[in-house]
Amino acid sequence: MTALALALGAVLAALVVVFVARPFLREPAPVSDRLDEQGAVDRLRLELLEERDRALSALKELEFDHRTGKVTDDDYREQVGPMRRRAAETLRALEPRAEPRAAQVGSGR
Amino acid sequence: MAALGRVALLLSFGLVAYALVAGSFAAYTRRRRLALSAQNALLAAFGTTLVAAGVLLSALARHDFSFVYVAAHTSRSLPLGYTLSAFWGGQEGSLLLWLVILTGYAALAVWLNRRSRELIAWVVPVLGGVALFFAFMLCFVSSPFGKAVAPADGAGMVASLQNPYMLAHPPMLYLGYVGLTIPFAFAMGALLSGRTDERWIVATRRWTLAAWTFLGVGQLLGAHWAYVEIGWGGYYAWDPVENAALMPWLAATAFLHSVMIQEKRGMLKVWNMVLVALAFNLSILGTFLTRSGVVNSIHSFSQSPIGGWFLSFIVGCVVFSVVIIYLRLPLLRARTKLESLVSREATFLYNNLLLVALALTILWGVMYPLLTQAVTGETRSVSKPYYDFFLHSFGLPLLLLMGIGPLVAWRRASLRALGKTFIIPAVAAVVTGVALIAVGLGSSTPGLLAYTFSAFVFASIVLEFTRGTLATGSLWRLVGKNRRRYGGYVVHASVLLLAIGIAGSSAYQTIRERGLKVGQSMEVAGYTLTYRSLENTQHSNSQSTSATVDVTRGRTHVATLHPGKSFFPVEQDFGNDVSIYHDPRNLGDVFTIADQFDKNGTLFLKVLVKPLVNLVWAAGVLFVFGSLVALWPDAVEQRRLAQRYEGAAAART
Repeated sequence: MTALALALGAVLAALVVVFVARPFLREPAPVSDRLDEQGAVDRLRLELLEERDRALSALKELEFDHRTGKVTDDDYREQVGPMRRRAAETLRALEPRAEPRAAQVGSGR
Repeated sequence: MAALGRVALLLSFGLVAYALVAGSFAAYTRRRRLALSAQNALLAAFGTTLVAAGVLLSALARHDFSFVYVAAHTSRSLPLGYTLSAFWGGQEGSLLLWLVILTGYAALAVWLNRRSRELIAWVVPVLGGVALFFAFMLCFVSSPFGKAVAPADGAGMVASLQNPYMLAHPPMLYLGYVGLTIPFAFAMGALLSGRTDERWIVATRRWTLAAWTFLGVGQLLGAHWAYVEIGWGGYYAWDPVENAALMPWLAATAFLHSVMIQEKRGMLKVWNMVLVALAFNLSILGTFLTRSGVVNSIHSFSQSPIGGWFLSFIVGCVVFSVVIIYLRLPLLRARTKLESLVSREATFLYNNLLLVALALTILWGVMYPLLTQAVTGETRSVSKPYYDFFLHSFGLPLLLLMGIGPLVAWRRASLRALGKTFIIPAVAAVVTGVALIAVGLGSSTPGLLAYTFSAFVFASIVLEFTRGTLATGSLWRLVGKNRRRYGGYVVHASVLLLAIGIAGSSAYQTIRERGLKVGQSMEVAGYTLTYRSLENTQHSNSQSTSATVDVTRGRTHVATLHPGKSFFPVEQDFGNDVSIYHDPRNLGDVFTIADQFDKNGTLFLKVLVKPLVNLVWAAGVLFVFGSLVALWPDAVEQRRLAQRYEGAAAART
């Protein structure tokens, strides 16, 4: 019984070793073995994308809160302008050839 | 077959050690294939741990008493379901269950997020590190595969564990405890990789919610088990083992709320990291408290083989979390600030402070006896009044905040808007309070406040659904557009039911105890209970003695109950067989306990009439429903998030 168990254990060990070594077996000599890395520009772009989503979602929330009576007309008028401007700024910053503005928006809050 | 179990566990140990060491090295030196290999090691560890679990389950099913674990926790007369549940009935088995669930979760989380290579590269070693501790314990400290000469029969199972709830309650709790490792690993992975954007939150949102749901359901199942099995008439006794599950649940509840502020406003990044780490560390502490024996006596902790190891691991995890959060503080600075103390995000913050305060006061209550015993040699424990005081101090404001939060707008709310939205819930609360006092139910101040606040919360939830439906045109569309929010409101409604059920069944319960001879009756809160006869019954694993008690209300016979006691000969243990009548009129119970049968044929019957107690269990059903609504995938949001991260990746290529 113990011998059978150990034999099964050995088979299991062999399977596991092959599975763990699989990335090396599949690509013995890869063109690149580097993990993707996030640079400063990528980081800023992702930050802008998150900021864009937040700004658009905040606008939606404001509209919804206004429609459901949580925000009065006066408060709505006061808040909606700056929020729209903020959303527009992030959208513009994400447009191609807007790198300098992206840097400005990214650091200017 | 024990050898196969041991080999499988050793393989798991090797694999998770590899995931930790090779994974860290790969992430640090940016080696892609090595990082993939470390991921594969985690996936393979799930397979090998499953093999080990299969060996133990098979030994249990075959009553193979040559396994020390099987002999110590089962017997031949134990029904199959309970025999298999012995898997988590003992220390070694429950540690194995931890590892099975952890490696299973880790494999799934890694596979689902395999495209986020940079983040996952650091998540793998964190998961490997946690799994390594449990694999080490199982291989070298507390193995379920110890062998000895097989006795003729096993020692059996503790009588109170021979209950159907034990088939589901511990696995649910473990699914919750272990589930909190995933958000912790992703949070730490994000800090280690320097990627403190929202990807880790997006990746773990459902994990946290699922773990929190399992933990909540596990606690409710445990409460129901205590109610029907232990035989003291209650469902929560602030027992350290119960508190052990409540603390991480409270921390996770705080996190589920505060993470929304990070998503909506980009704030509270440090706080969210702290909460994730707190929830995880409390889940490890919970496992330690329930499994080390430290709860019963600090001496059992020093005698327990796992105590010192667990304590070292907890200290290590806390130090690791604090250091890594401290080192990455510059990356976690928020660029936006709280605009007003009267805003949705501010109410979330107040709710967070109360939840964490409650969790920490419970932690102090749990640790106090251990600390006094360690320092003075005498055990001084805090009791129910301590917990009740803090439950009232923090729980009642929390209940009220559940109603206030949804009524307040994001960013800032003006007094005029507040006046408009608060008027209906405030009127509902005042009317309820006055009505309760008028009908003479104002004797318990916490009970009165709980019901008044509940009316406020109920009105605010109804208002939210009504106004939202009117604004969007249909309830279906309203919920479909924001499942997390409206699922959350359903969960709030379940907490409301829970609060009403707890207040009703504790503040307004009636307890009577009397010795009855056959034919005699007793009156309790409008019910008449008449003792009719006594029967003995033989079961496969026990002998039970039960009384037949007729229950009438007025002149109407409403139920026949059979409270009794069971004797488990193998275990030489007694169990209470409580018998309950669920009264649909007041949603309460007539709960009977046969305290004693004496030689003269007298039955000492304890009766508790607990109004509204069934709302506690109904709350559980609503809680699961609300959680499922919140968990349900939102295709539109998933597309938006995919576009966000693909957009960021596209910019790189």
